[in-house]
Amino acid sequence: MTVATAATAAASRTSAASAPAAATRPPGGPPVRVPCRFLGWGAAVPGGRLTNADLEARLDTSDAWITERTGIRERRTSGSGETTASLATAAGRAALERAGVAPSEVDLVLLATTTADTPCPSTAAHVQHALGTRGPAVDVNAACAGFVYGLHLAAAAIHAGGLSRVLVIGGERITAITDPDDRATAILFGDGAGALLLEVAQPAAGEAGPGLLAVDLGGDGSAIPHLGIPAGDRYLRMDGQEVFRRATRAMATSCEAVLDGAGVSAEDVALFVPHQANRRIIDATAARLGFPADRVAVNIDRYGNTSAASVPMALAEALDAGRLSSGDLVLLSAVGAGLSWGSTLLRWGA
Amino acid sequence: MERSEVLDAVRESAVELLKVEPDQVTEQAAFGEDLDADSLDLTELVMALEDRFGIEVPEDDLGDVRTVGDAVDLVMAKLGSGASA
Repeated sequence: MTVATAATAAASRTSAASAPAAATRPPGGPPVRVPCRFLGWGAAVPGGRLTNADLEARLDTSDAWITERTGIRERRTSGSGETTASLATAAGRAALERAGVAPSEVDLVLLATTTADTPCPSTAAHVQHALGTRGPAVDVNAACAGFVYGLHLAAAAIHAGGLSRVLVIGGERITAITDPDDRATAILFGDGAGALLLEVAQPAAGEAGPGLLAVDLGGDGSAIPHLGIPAGDRYLRMDGQEVFRRATRAMATSCEAVLDGAGVSAEDVALFVPHQANRRIIDATAARLGFPADRVAVNIDRYGNTSAASVPMALAEALDAGRLSSGDLVLLSAVGAGLSWGSTLLRWGA
Repeated sequence: MERSEVLDAVRESAVELLKVEPDQVTEQAAFGEDLDADSLDLTELVMALEDRFGIEVPEDDLGDVRTVGDAVDLVMAKLGSGASA
């Protein structure tokens, strides 16, 4: 349970783990550490819409203020019957349909969520039941960074053997823990879900196939007072400027650790898919890493911050738009409450 | 470090982050009123100065920064305390 000042620790951890692989770099690009194929993806959002105009009517804020500071124009909100489980199930089903894989062929469901519908059982159990997958299902709570953690755990499960197909979902009904009267947070959050189906792969010798090239996960619990649900409260509270500052630094450092670990630079990466927390964190991080706007996935304007759902939703949207081809490198990165953060570099391919 | 060097650094970062002209960034210029900077702009500017000078500025110290001159004072103070530490 190391609560690290994790930037340097994480960097050395990632590069150390990747060093042996880098020495045997095959033709066709840097090697994957965990070969796996990305079979399908999907996303789902609830029916309700909350626009900046709606918020203007209710809170002491303005469309200009919100847009300027966050880049958000509207969010999707859950209504009656829409739960974290129902959103996650819809996204998971879309991923399975796209992959042409039957639910019975899925060995594990990992649901990254901060907003489990109930403390017990896991929301993943509901998703497993609704989809009809076989085998285990478990929630992963690393706040907004949860999907990246889920990917790492999926890769580890595949790598360890025994599990062939893992459905990783990020799903949130984050508006359930958002104070509608707190203008610091009510403007930020929206609901949704995104999913990605992974399958074990056995690439031929020397083949640079799809999979995970590098992972960096980190935590710094000293940020707990700045973002979270305080004891006795039911809503998220946030010290925006402090979180902005820490998140910007953590995301950039974590992405650099992953790029260094894989031995690639930003020019080699086809698409950067950052957590959609704040347009200005995205822009600051992309600029620092050297990603031009046309290689950054952004959908915060339409969905706000959907916590653990934001990375898979943005990834699914980019895939639907044809922004990724087989063999492309994709950098995913997210920072959330804890702080907890995670980044991973994938080589896309089915 | 000379005050003018710090002012030059603040000016350079302000021009880049706030999209203002160099001659607007005088010691007397107020970030909010004169340079149209919001709280996140100021946070980003201070982060750039932290990186540049290898200093750490706690969020609480930002409350006293109203003008460019205040930012220069803050950097000078941090550099001074760093040297004596």
